Amino acid sequence: MNRIQVVEQLPGLRRYARVLTGDAWAADDLVQDTLERACSKWRLWRSGSDLRAWLFTLMHNLYLNQRRAMPSLQRLEIDDVQDNLQADASPSDDALDLERCLQRLPAEQRAVLLLVTLEDLSYEDTARILAIPVGTVMSRLSRARSRLRALMDRTPAPKPAPAPGQPPVLRRLK
Amino acid sequence: MSAFAMDPSPHLSAAHSTDHAWHALVDGRLPPADAAGLQQQLAADPTAQATVAQWQAQRQQLRALHQNLLAAPLPDALLQTLADATARRTEQHRRWWRWGGMAASVLVAFALGWVGRGQWPAVAPSGLLAMNASAPTQRFATQAAMAHAVYQPEQRHPVEVPAAQQEHLVQWLSKRLGRPLKLPLLTAQGYELVGGRLLPGDTGARAQFMYQNSAGERVTLYLGALAPTTATQALPPATVLTAPAKPAQAQQPAETAFRFTQEGPVPGFYWTDQGFGYALSGQLPRPALQALATAVYQQL
Repeated sequence: MNRIQVVEQLPGLRRYARVLTGDAWAADDLVQDTLERACSKWRLWRSGSDLRAWLFTLMHNLYLNQRRAMPSLQRLEIDDVQDNLQADASPSDDALDLERCLQRLPAEQRAVLLLVTLEDLSYEDTARILAIPVGTVMSRLSRARSRLRALMDRTPAPKPAPAPGQPPVLRRLK
Repeated sequence: MSAFAMDPSPHLSAAHSTDHAWHALVDGRLPPADAAGLQQQLAADPTAQATVAQWQAQRQQLRALHQNLLAAPLPDALLQTLADATARRTEQHRRWWRWGGMAASVLVAFALGWVGRGQWPAVAPSGLLAMNASAPTQRFATQAAMAHAVYQPEQRHPVEVPAAQQEHLVQWLSKRLGRPLKLPLLTAQGYELVGGRLLPGDTGARAQFMYQNSAGERVTLYLGALAPTTATQALPPATVLTAPAKPAQAQQPAETAFRFTQEGPVPGFYWTDQGFGYALSGQLPRPALQALATAVYQQL
């Protein structure tokens, strides 16, 4: 297996997994699993074909399988837990909002949207990776964009003003 | 289409193709002429234009997410996984070559046996057919070249008995070939003995000695009786040598001239001496090979 070719793909895979899962640990686990799968199935990759697309295909199969295997992983409503969260120092609030809203999209829509935008893949390649027709890619893309926009329009949720007399609490939404 | 309901655009009822075109515009998938045309259309429709602009902004925001990971060092665990897989794969490759090498030698053995029996000359591969029709010494030389081709690339088991056990090697092969053998040395020519092995030939046992120089180039000396000897009488009397070999046997003792052959996979020099055939094979220029063959001949 051409190690250098694979190493070149890893940063992109990591970033994509990070945005797809919305979680740094889950993302690195997913990339790790993808890499292991790729190594064990290496002979299935036809050299000369698109290595990146193949790796994304493997990653998606794993991701969707994981989600199917753990349906009980429910999303926490951010407003319920915001007091427990510690904010990352670096990303802007806008980026955090965007990530939060992304996670509220159905996984299938999120995948299409991210492959098309983050990875700048063609609709045809996206369809191949997700094993769905191009028409489905388009309809999911359309729904994802509309819904994400609607979600973003609703945020930021208005925070209750601190009660008078209480010291203001520094608080940030994750 | 509940998602659409959230979109304030009045163009929800527009044909899908329009919607698709907007996405294609946002994602930079339209040919320049089409993109310009669509931009013009949108200019006349502020609401649609706003939607497309929103999507464009969204796309930019998404593409900015976790940009830092693209330049971040990769976790060790990932690199380790890759390194392990690469190592495993190399091992698999080596195993494959080893088994492949064995399979090749089995094939060659079959081919030799088949041709050696000489019973189906019509269906023998054309390259081998010529050899079958020629003198037994020529066939001997070709077999030597094939044996060379099989074992010369071998990394792990090039020989059965290594040079370190030289005495045992000579004793063993002398016994199996039914004649006291002398092991020629090619040290003066830059070739060290690697060792030797026993091989089947169509008139009995054959021995192969392998030599290697500092550049890793290998030559092999292949030897054995040209006619079945009492010690190695293993073949039924119907074999090819019995009838037509009589004149050959008669002339063998005198026949000591070197002959050069390129019939086999590698070139070689061969000669006969007292009913024994000798062939020195190697992927070398003819003069170099001849010098080695001369050195061998002089020591025997």
